[in-house]
Amino acid sequence: MSEEFSRPVAGHVPVLRLGDVLLVTLQGDLHDSTAHRLQQDLSETIARSGVGGVVIDISGVEIVDSFLGRVLAEIAAQTELLAARTVVAGMRPAVAITLVELGLTLPGLRTALTTEAAMELLAQPVVSSRSGGRREESP
Amino acid sequence: MPEHEAAGSPGTPTHAVRDFLRRRREQIAQRWADEPLFRTVFTVSRDEAVEAGKVVVDALAQVADAQRVEDPDAAGFTGVREQLARMGAARSRAGLSTTQVSSELAALLPPVDNLLVADLEGETPERLRECTTTLSVLLGTLRLVAMQTALSEVQALIDRQRLQLLEVATPVIKLWDGIVAVPLIGTLDSARSQGVMETLLNAVVDQHARFAILDITGVPTVDSLVAQHLMKTVAAARLMGAECVVSGIRPAIAQTIVHLGLDLGTVKTRASLADALGYCLHELGANIVNVTPDGAGHR
Amino acid sequence: MHTAAGVEARLPIRSDMDLVWVRQHVRQAAALLGFGLVDQTKLVTAASELARNTLVHGGGGRMEAAHVTTTGGIDGLRLTFSDSGPGIVDLDRALSDGYTSGGGLGMGLGGARRLVHDFAVDSAPGSGTTVRVTSWVSRPPRPREGV
Repeated sequence: MSEEFSRPVAGHVPVLRLGDVLLVTLQGDLHDSTAHRLQQDLSETIARSGVGGVVIDISGVEIVDSFLGRVLAEIAAQTELLAARTVVAGMRPAVAITLVELGLTLPGLRTALTTEAAMELLAQPVVSSRSGGRREESP
Repeated sequence: MPEHEAAGSPGTPTHAVRDFLRRRREQIAQRWADEPLFRTVFTVSRDEAVEAGKVVVDALAQVADAQRVEDPDAAGFTGVREQLARMGAARSRAGLSTTQVSSELAALLPPVDNLLVADLEGETPERLRECTTTLSVLLGTLRLVAMQTALSEVQALIDRQRLQLLEVATPVIKLWDGIVAVPLIGTLDSARSQGVMETLLNAVVDQHARFAILDITGVPTVDSLVAQHLMKTVAAARLMGAECVVSGIRPAIAQTIVHLGLDLGTVKTRASLADALGYCLHELGANIVNVTPDGAGHR
Repeated sequence: MHTAAGVEARLPIRSDMDLVWVRQHVRQAAALLGFGLVDQTKLVTAASELARNTLVHGGGGRMEAAHVTTTGGIDGLRLTFSDSGPGIVDLDRALSDGYTSGGGLGMGLGGARRLVHDFAVDSAPGSGTTVRVTSWVSRPPRPREGV
């Protein structure tokens, strides 16, 4: 099922293709330029490969500032335009607390506790009320 | 102060006191060993008390040698701080008030003073007065050092207890696979709010919880600060991929929230912890059926 | 108790590579001074925001880190970001959320202020900008202010 995608999308950012989903793993301290390149390359890769979803694993990221927060939000918005869904997985508690204190709640972003949970979320039909992260009124 | 005017010359009262302390080290320690402060703390043997007394006499002599009889930060005191703290703590444990410990420390002066007066027989009354004054200043400083040390111990104890109280006050309970709850009790200040948030979010990670319930049944009032804190916790949990439900909103609190015009906006609320649990189980795909036909079903 | 080494530093902010050094240094200094994980993260994030401001709006500058202590013996980390750029014309507006002149989400200055204990800006049009922030290692739990 798992197959290494042809090439890494950006310098330090490995991207794996798992079936219908691209798995992006962010690690450590990201350069602004690396984040920018990832954003550009992901769009192209999605358009080319036609995958239905992107999972961005940020469990190895120690800080998310407003720049990286904006990049994540924009990746999500872009993939949406390409008829794919993005889930950000594994945000650390300290990072989440800081982002909220910073004033960035990223309301449009789909989130999941782990990459596994993100994969499950993407496996569900598009209209679902069972997402942990999505803000939808349930009956 | 006379000792400063002629600092360095061996004849100053300070140096006379220093020489006296070195000369009479054994006798002073012997007399102190009979005082309650030493006798009741060093109970193994009298020798132990005498040895402890000698250490204190040495410290005093060192401070006098440095011409710093009035300075509680003098280097000479460093070595006896821990011992003084232990003695003070032992007396406190025995039920003595701070004032009583302080007067026990004050009681160390008379026996030494008597020795000094006997030693200086034949000196002029003025010289005698200068030396006894210096000695009492020195022992007063010792008392200050001991009390300082004792107070910082008390402060450390208060800090520890406050921390324990925080931990006790915010237990995280696993209600189901993937569901954790924190019952909040008492008022939420900003220090506690951050603690609660951290505790809950760490539990979300540790327990792989997709749902976290914040139960505020035990919170007496909800003002805009508490509401803001609840919304921040909900937002942070959502960023991590978990959903946070606030339960235990009593009618009076619901009224206050509406009355104050507080916007809980995106926060999912339920009246009781049971309702919140029912909601989370339903979302997880579990089917909750009430067997009594008239009972409230799940929502 | 803590040595100045590892905390005190003066770092240039000239490129986005420098932002990485700033973040790494603040992380290390905050850890050395005994900040908890959440407070470390807040400080590093604030430093990242302010350093990016220095780079983007100030045309580059520097950060100085210093270990400070209250009379009560509480340790703190003070970070000073300075540039000799165009300065801030309307400080109140620059500190309000949603205001941006540099293509971010407008969280830079106002957001960073919420992540630290003390915050001061010194700026005038044409004379550059200095932002000084300080956070204190909270004895758990944080002691009451003013004690």
